[in-house]
Amino acid sequence: MGMTITEKILAAHAGLDEVKPGQLINAKLDIVLGNDITSPVAINEFEKVGAETVFDKCKICLVPDHFTPNKDIKSAEQVKQVREFAHKHEIEHFFELGQMGVEHCILPEQGIVGPGDAIIGADSHTCTYGALGAFATGVGSTDMAAGMITGEAWFKVPESIKFVFKGELQPHVGGKDLILYAIGDIGVDGARYMAMEFTGPVIDNLPIDDRFTMCNMAIEAGGKNGIIAADETTMEYVRGRFKREPVIYKSDEDAEYARVIEYDCSKIEPQVAFPHLPENTRGISEVGDVRIDQVVIGSCTNGRLSDLRIAAEFLKGQKVAPHIRCIVIPGTPLIYRQAMHEGLFDIFLDAGAIVSTPTCGPCLGGHMGVLAKGERAVATTNRNFIGRMGSPGSEVYLASPAVAACSAIKGKIAGPKEVLSK
Amino acid sequence: MILQGKVWKFGDDVDTDQIIPARYLNSSDPKELAKYAMEDARAGFAEVVGQGDIIVAGKNFGCGSSREHAPICIKAAGITGVIAPSFARIFYRNSINIGLPIFESKEAAEAIEEGHEVRVDATSGVIEDLTTGKNFQAVPFPDFMQELIAAGGLMNYIKKNKMDK
Ligand code: SF4
Repeated sequence: MGMTITEKILAAHAGLDEVKPGQLINAKLDIVLGNDITSPVAINEFEKVGAETVFDKCKICLVPDHFTPNKDIKSAEQVKQVREFAHKHEIEHFFELGQMGVEHCILPEQGIVGPGDAIIGADSHTCTYGALGAFATGVGSTDMAAGMITGEAWFKVPESIKFVFKGELQPHVGGKDLILYAIGDIGVDGARYMAMEFTGPVIDNLPIDDRFTMCNMAIEAGGKNGIIAADETTMEYVRGRFKREPVIYKSDEDAEYARVIEYDCSKIEPQVAFPHLPENTRGISEVGDVRIDQVVIGSCTNGRLSDLRIAAEFLKGQKVAPHIRCIVIPGTPLIYRQAMHEGLFDIFLDAGAIVSTPTCGPCLGGHMGVLAKGERAVATTNRNFIGRMGSPGSEVYLASPAVAACSAIKGKIAGPKEVLSK
Repeated sequence: MILQGKVWKFGDDVDTDQIIPARYLNSSDPKELAKYAMEDARAGFAEVVGQGDIIVAGKNFGCGSSREHAPICIKAAGITGVIAPSFARIFYRNSINIGLPIFESKEAAEAIEEGHEVRVDATSGVIEDLTTGKNFQAVPFPDFMQELIAAGGLMNYIKKNKMDK
């Protein structure tokens, strides 16, 4: 019987020739990740059991990205605890402010994760790295602590759902629209405990940044991981960055799937997820008149250079509507610098937007753009739960950088057609 | 282990942002977090919940973020168990790891109402609605998870099995 890519990676890391869905395995880990919210809890657990050393100081990543630059005293204390732990254990990948980027942007960019890896992160969007043909999944702090001590984690081998994206992508439709569409179709628990494997001619031609966006949101359908087999696009991205040897896995022809779902992309228009669940998606033509107060372009979902370029393409020579606060957040210092050199900052600033230092910030209602009661935001982030960006009485609409930029210009949710057809 | 308490009922897809909003995540102290348990699902919950109470919720409980603060704050607020038709993956894992008993039962989650008195045998997974007299059986845990639970959570298990070598 054939195996899926997810099963193959898990088998290899468990030292087994074969695994089957439902099987409980113990797998060796290539990378263990935590952020400034989840690491303190893990460090407490680590110390409580009296652990003295980490399994491998080169394989642990600590990224204080959520409430940084520290927004208040408590956050500063949390980061201080992480910093001291990192120094004490000589953690190689501790990202101090200045090097720090949003975790799921910075790890791939710095070549820390790559094809064939098995990765756990105490952050649910760790599934992002599946875009490189890796098995990556979010866990809690206790799993992170155990991972830091042993370099291993237990997993139940997930069943896989195969998504086949066919047809031609419509203009201004990208990875964000495809994944929102899929979540709208299967629901926020449609892939609960399962691997979401993205395939098909559209995926074969999809740029790596869009692939990150898609795998990033696997968790929004309840998925354990999102995954795309490494191909030439992947290898081009990892070449020169990834310091270990990439291992390329592909699903066998006769691999077994719990479901196979096909989409005709020629029918998919830009998508918007309405409050308060990512599954409440609508095509842009069905949105109606939704006045907004704020636009956020950034996050681990859409804070990469190509996302900023798309936003700039629409904002160039335009102004954001007078009542709109438009916040642009490059995902990493490198993206920040590239965007700056390409002149994107001028475009954003001329349009009346602001550009923030890399941070999660408003994505989780932390800082740098928290919403008041009754306010609405269009965000390129991944969650629109109640209170996600601030007041429980506020609303978040999820969309692509193209829709976010167009919405900023129009002051209401708007798609590329409305801005370009002037 | 027997749990017995009063039921608080919640709907489908209660996400971790409702269980513990991110605005309180600048602390990892369970007592501090407990003050805000379930706040965005039901304002003021932490003030009314009693020690030993039980949450009964709809499908996909705990979806969203990986924050372990979610099961931690529920436990620290006095809740001794959660019953739902299904749990989101990371929440499920975190709950077992930290020792918050959770029980999967669609029938129980649908039949039990707010305010009912419920008794759960955590070992057998038998759920009794003492208000109506109805009994339900939760989906049993796989052996390995039973082992984790019996060890008192993942860290105790690691300490026993991996660290003393
Ligand atoms: S950008 Fe948002 S979703 Fe991504 S890691 Fe940060 S808080 Fe989480």
